[in-house]
Amino acid sequence: MKASRALAIPYVVWVLIFTVVPLGLVVWFAMTDTDGKLTLDNIFAMSEYMSVLFRSILFAIVATIICLILAFPAAYIISRANKINQSTLIVLLMVPMWINFLLRTYAWMTLLEPNGLINKLFGIFGLGPYPLINNSGAVILGMVYNYLPFMILPLYSVMVKIDQSVVEAAQDLGSNKVRLVTKILLPLSMPGISTGIIAVFVPSVSTFIISRMLGGGTNDLIGDIIEMQFSGNSYNPHLGSAMALVLMIIVMFMMSLFNQFGSEEEVIL
Amino acid sequence: MKKLLSLLIAAAMLMGLSGCGDSASAEDEKREPTEEILESFGMDPELFSDYDYGRFYGKELTINVANWGEYLSMNDDEILDVNEVFEALTGITVNYKTYASNETLYSKLLSGGATYDIVIPSDYMISKMINEGMLRKLDFGNIPNIANIMPSFINPQYDPTNEYSVPYLWGMVCIIYNTKMVDGEIDSWSALWDENYAGDILMFNNPRDAFGIAQAYLGYSLNTEDFGELENCADLLREQKEIVQGYVMDEIFDKMEGGSAAIAPYYVGDAVTMCADNPDLEFVIPKEGTNWFVDAICVPTTADSEHIEAAEAYINFLCEPEIAFANCDYVGYSTPVTQAYELLDDEAKADERRYPSDEFLSEHTEVFINISEPANAYMQELWTGLKVGESNVWFVPLFLAALIAATIFVNVYRARKKKRDF
Repeated sequence: MKASRALAIPYVVWVLIFTVVPLGLVVWFAMTDTDGKLTLDNIFAMSEYMSVLFRSILFAIVATIICLILAFPAAYIISRANKINQSTLIVLLMVPMWINFLLRTYAWMTLLEPNGLINKLFGIFGLGPYPLINNSGAVILGMVYNYLPFMILPLYSVMVKIDQSVVEAAQDLGSNKVRLVTKILLPLSMPGISTGIIAVFVPSVSTFIISRMLGGGTNDLIGDIIEMQFSGNSYNPHLGSAMALVLMIIVMFMMSLFNQFGSEEEVIL
Repeated sequence: MKKLLSLLIAAAMLMGLSGCGDSASAEDEKREPTEEILESFGMDPELFSDYDYGRFYGKELTINVANWGEYLSMNDDEILDVNEVFEALTGITVNYKTYASNETLYSKLLSGGATYDIVIPSDYMISKMINEGMLRKLDFGNIPNIANIMPSFINPQYDPTNEYSVPYLWGMVCIIYNTKMVDGEIDSWSALWDENYAGDILMFNNPRDAFGIAQAYLGYSLNTEDFGELENCADLLREQKEIVQGYVMDEIFDKMEGGSAAIAPYYVGDAVTMCADNPDLEFVIPKEGTNWFVDAICVPTTADSEHIEAAEAYINFLCEPEIAFANCDYVGYSTPVTQAYELLDDEAKADERRYPSDEFLSEHTEVFINISEPANAYMQELWTGLKVGESNVWFVPLFLAALIAATIFVNVYRARKKKRDF
């Protein structure tokens, strides 16, 4: 018992130095002004950016829902395939993730540009060019594309443990496909769903590079505004920290709210 | 006695010999003559100053240089590797790092996270850093090549006494446009507000540059601190927002070269590069005037005191004609070094957009300097308002309170429910 505790020490030290201390610094910066005096001005100044914050949350929610809708059947199909096909499909899913995230987003830019590949294809049939980039749809597409594997993988790892006989039993007892999903598959994969939602929602809500590249600066998200406070022209780390803090608190509460509902359903079961 | 004498002589000779040996080995360590080093890089020793670069040899010094990305001739077999020449000449190791914005550099210097001996910020950032005591006064005794700098770059607005900085590269903000997508020629900032090109116009994604364009268009000073004028600029930019395809910075390269946008503002040096890649592109200095920017070499106060002299030698080195030429040739921006300008081909020299006359610079352009904190903050606020829209001050506290209340409610509800269940 003691030995195993000792093994956790490196991790605890790591977390202390690289997570707890920086978090403390964020709180400290958010609560002080440039002279180091305590103030709440930064939090109040944050209100100006509320519409961006809501837009970020909205985009992240939409992206999460789309990911869930796409990932649920995909994960189910993978989990029902035979062992060899399963690992092939998972590898295929992972391959894009081996390429740098920035490069993949650049690729989408090349595809979606007014002069890009997709519009050129439409051009052959005399259609378009359609405005595919620099709008909110492109930003959400970027989020879904980049974070979809984070939804599929936890769903798959839960679904692969659902015994086929449970599905068969439901079918034997006369359950149709809709009831099979709502009464059997959804409740049983709840842990995977909640992990997946967190894994997609959190990076989506704080992303800045996707909105910069695919949104063309016309759909700034809270991540862009925070980044601007640290390395952009509006250099103000105190305001930036306040934004990061508010965002963190909101995400934490939203996650805890969600988890409450999630575990409640388990109680009902 | 004789024996003793001969022994002494022998000893003396031996010492002499060994002395000789010492000096010989010292000479081995000693670098080759400057001419040979320069010739080995294919450079012309005639064009090089007789500055004593050899005095650092064998001291094993390292200097930390921070520069913009792609802003120094290096990393390509075809061209002169400037840092390599400096290392061969001085024996000093150059630890070269890059940054993406003036503000990144500023925050790195301020937080003390990185120690640099040489930095190359832009005009307004230099005046900000001077005001905040972040730059060290240079010893121009170690930088005799300051004499190579064109007179119009001495005592600039951002460093009025010219004690802190030596100009490195410069340029103006221009309009770059695609001749296939635009009818006729463009000569005015009004093109960026032309509704015929709605959806094909790109704009700078930072307040200082974006406001700079509106200020130039409206005929204001680019360093105005008048709130009314700033509001007028914001109104103008808001009007433009309807027809702008996107607010971008580096992405302008891809979008303009690929023909995805028709008109964009950008820096002349990069416009030269873009036009070379895509012959459909053309750039112009708008008739209303524009921003003249200068990036200059400085030594921060946080620099290691043992490195200062080496850093100053590096500054002097960057002002050597052939080195300055290599840099401006590679980067595409304009050089302030007279002899490097002489080395350029006639086409570049005659290009008014790259090398405008002194009269043009003084009458039609303005350098950004650091504006006062309230004016800067107001500009940021207007820019944010433009980009994200306004919202109520009580939004955040109320929203947070609502979230906390909801969480408490759910927790209490759950706890009660659990009690009932068990």
